[in-house]
Amino acid sequence: MEDVIVSVVQRTMVAGTPLLLGTVGEVICERSGILNLGVEGVMSVGAVVAFIVTYSTGDPWLAMVAAIGAGMIISILHAFASVTLQANQVVSGLALTMIGLGLSGMLGKQYVGKPLAVKMDDIAIPWLSDIPFIGTVFFKQTPYFYMAVFLALGAWFFLERTRLGIKVRSTGENPRATETQGVNVARIRYACVIIGGGFSAMAGAHLSTSYSKSWIEGMTAGRGWIVIALTIFALWNPGRAIWGAFIFGGIFVLQYLLQPLGISPNFLAMLPYGSTLLILLVMSFKDPRRLNAPAQLGEPYKRGER
Amino acid sequence: MTKIQKLEMVNMSKSFQGFYANRDINLHVKSGEILGLLGENGAGKTTLMNILYGLYQPDGGEIRINDAPVRITSPLDSIHHGIGMVHQHFMLIQNHSVIENIALGYEKTPFFFPKIRIRDKVVEFSRKFNFDIDPSRKVWQLSAGEQQRVEIIKALLNGADLLILDEPTSVLTPQEIKELFRILNDMKSRGHMVIIITHKLDEIMEICDRVTVLQKGRVVGGADKANVDKRELARMMVGRDVLFNVNREKLAKGEKVLSVSDLHVLGDKGLPAVKGVSFDVFANEIFGIAGVSGNGQRELAEAITGIRRISSGKVVAGSRNITNLSPRKIYDHGVSHVPEERIKFGIAPGLFLYDNAILKQHHLDKFSKKIFLEYGRIKLHTRSLVENYKVATHSIDVEIKNLSGGNIQKLILGREISEKPSLLVASHPTYGLDVGATEYLREQLLLRRREGGAVLLFSEDLEEIFELCDRIAVMFQGRFMGILDASDKERLKDIGLMMAGSVSYTPLQGAIDK
Repeated sequence: MEDVIVSVVQRTMVAGTPLLLGTVGEVICERSGILNLGVEGVMSVGAVVAFIVTYSTGDPWLAMVAAIGAGMIISILHAFASVTLQANQVVSGLALTMIGLGLSGMLGKQYVGKPLAVKMDDIAIPWLSDIPFIGTVFFKQTPYFYMAVFLALGAWFFLERTRLGIKVRSTGENPRATETQGVNVARIRYACVIIGGGFSAMAGAHLSTSYSKSWIEGMTAGRGWIVIALTIFALWNPGRAIWGAFIFGGIFVLQYLLQPLGISPNFLAMLPYGSTLLILLVMSFKDPRRLNAPAQLGEPYKRGER
Repeated sequence: MTKIQKLEMVNMSKSFQGFYANRDINLHVKSGEILGLLGENGAGKTTLMNILYGLYQPDGGEIRINDAPVRITSPLDSIHHGIGMVHQHFMLIQNHSVIENIALGYEKTPFFFPKIRIRDKVVEFSRKFNFDIDPSRKVWQLSAGEQQRVEIIKALLNGADLLILDEPTSVLTPQEIKELFRILNDMKSRGHMVIIITHKLDEIMEICDRVTVLQKGRVVGGADKANVDKRELARMMVGRDVLFNVNREKLAKGEKVLSVSDLHVLGDKGLPAVKGVSFDVFANEIFGIAGVSGNGQRELAEAITGIRRISSGKVVAGSRNITNLSPRKIYDHGVSHVPEERIKFGIAPGLFLYDNAILKQHHLDKFSKKIFLEYGRIKLHTRSLVENYKVATHSIDVEIKNLSGGNIQKLILGREISEKPSLLVASHPTYGLDVGATEYLREQLLLRRREGGAVLLFSEDLEEIFELCDRIAVMFQGRFMGILDASDKERLKDIGLMMAGSVSYTPLQGAIDK
């Protein structure tokens, strides 16, 4: 029984990792005022790029770097549309998702069904991993897990405890006022969208080179959309994102756990998405003022207009 | 960075969509001087200062500091040159604390732990100028005066030698204005220079050393304060003599157009805001509701015009019960509305002038055929409104947000009264407007009265209330402290006490009901 619990919690952490990475990226992006609905597409691009690089070089670390790079580059599209062209961010984000899904499908076509010879190995942290239960669950994990938690805490520190973080948050709250304080709003927003894209792609790399060792089209399976909901659930706070992501990781694992009970697998496969709807429903009952959404989220900012 | 001893703007021009907001403007200011920039709304004062602060790029002209030309392409440039600006609508992040707002723009803020590390500096600085602000409070919790002080600290911390203040007194109480002027004089004695944008003549006379007057984007005059008086300044500003007293002839009361009985309304927070108010308004009458804002006036106006639910009581327009009808139905029954916060509730800022000219009327036969709008007729109607109500615009094919506040208000008023409603509810119609527009709007309200209409006027401006109203109700904490006749000079002396709630000429109906 203890083994089962250990295994469930451990797999929860693994399943929550891509959600956490994606959510942290989206939080940074949205805190600067830009809504990015392209997470799903960028995640998919990250997954395929990481897979191809690992397949051809055998180096999953190089693959991670390449995936992040690809995610950042493709996110420039959204930054350009929403910051420079001041286009509708919903439309531009959806376009990014479609481009990303299509592109990854095309790039990955010849790799479908081919397993990876190597994957990102788990790392056991010396000493800490010897602690019973906790050691196995938290300290014998994929490097992506450590990085996700570390980056989430780092993002919180960045947003709340550095001057640049204040600039990012101010940009999302009131870009005009921020600009009058000598801050380059466009530059901040570009950077946040691109960094957010890097995070999403990293989540994708985790899926194809650590979580599983294969590429199939559509393997992100809506995680990018769950990330959007988790960003709201986290109240735009990377710290809160940590437990939000792992609760959802748990829901993913629950599917497999409940299967022996004779519940329809199709119903179980629906769980994460049903829970997402439920979360959005619950959050919508909250007082919008206490929700803490960046005040200018999704609003294009035009310089020099009256 | 050298200290600014002298700053000049030479031949500055700036146009928006082919319309000159500034044309060949020359202006200068020197150390230890307070310059007033006087002009009506839309004269181009704010545009000019936004250029100086780097928010707008001029079409032509030059800025010189200590006789050397400088280029200012962003607020960062102007901050580096020692220029600070306090905007009319404060440029503060409402959801952030005071310290976060200061850390945002303060150049010497350290990268890590900014909030903790500049705290002492901020406290020390606010002591130096006798400000009293808790740096960890959120901006939305501060009063307007406190927010303004945060803005001033922001500018001064960055070493501003020149401080620009855009309409600094418009949101302040008299005490806060006194405090602001003390601070400005203190700064002046320390060798700073100040430019104040204003359309209030009294302020110019009280605080400025010199004044430059703008009209329609051009400089039309300038003088040392010592050599000029209010009347002369007013003439420069509007280009003619201003009527400081409006004539209100005596008219016989007409029939009853509005009857409100024992009205109860809840405020935004779900607490009672209007607590049992009853009154009638008659044709040929302007009925004024005076009081300090926040005493239920807004809720009362919204309840009558259908924007807010009435929890109990009755509103009758003419012979028709309009309690809790939809705003459209109420409008169709002859009650029109000039709302407060004109930009937010009076117009759709991103739509064209002609779209805005028919809001609430788009469904009328004369503007639509079946499901289609008749743009030909709409534009014709808009042109006549623009002409009849003296809206200054070079075209009706522009987004209405490009107009100045006064011109937007004229269009709203025109839209609301051109259909000859039996009652016009006007909330703070002249708030924030310049002398010319104010005078014009007041004349229009009086004209409505003469034509047989009725006006329910909400205003905080007592001068306005006395000038226009036939009867005056004073509202305090959701109740009327009395309804006085304008001729009742004896009791009107107590109006200040009534506004403070210490004198009442009516039994407190609400209190008895409860």
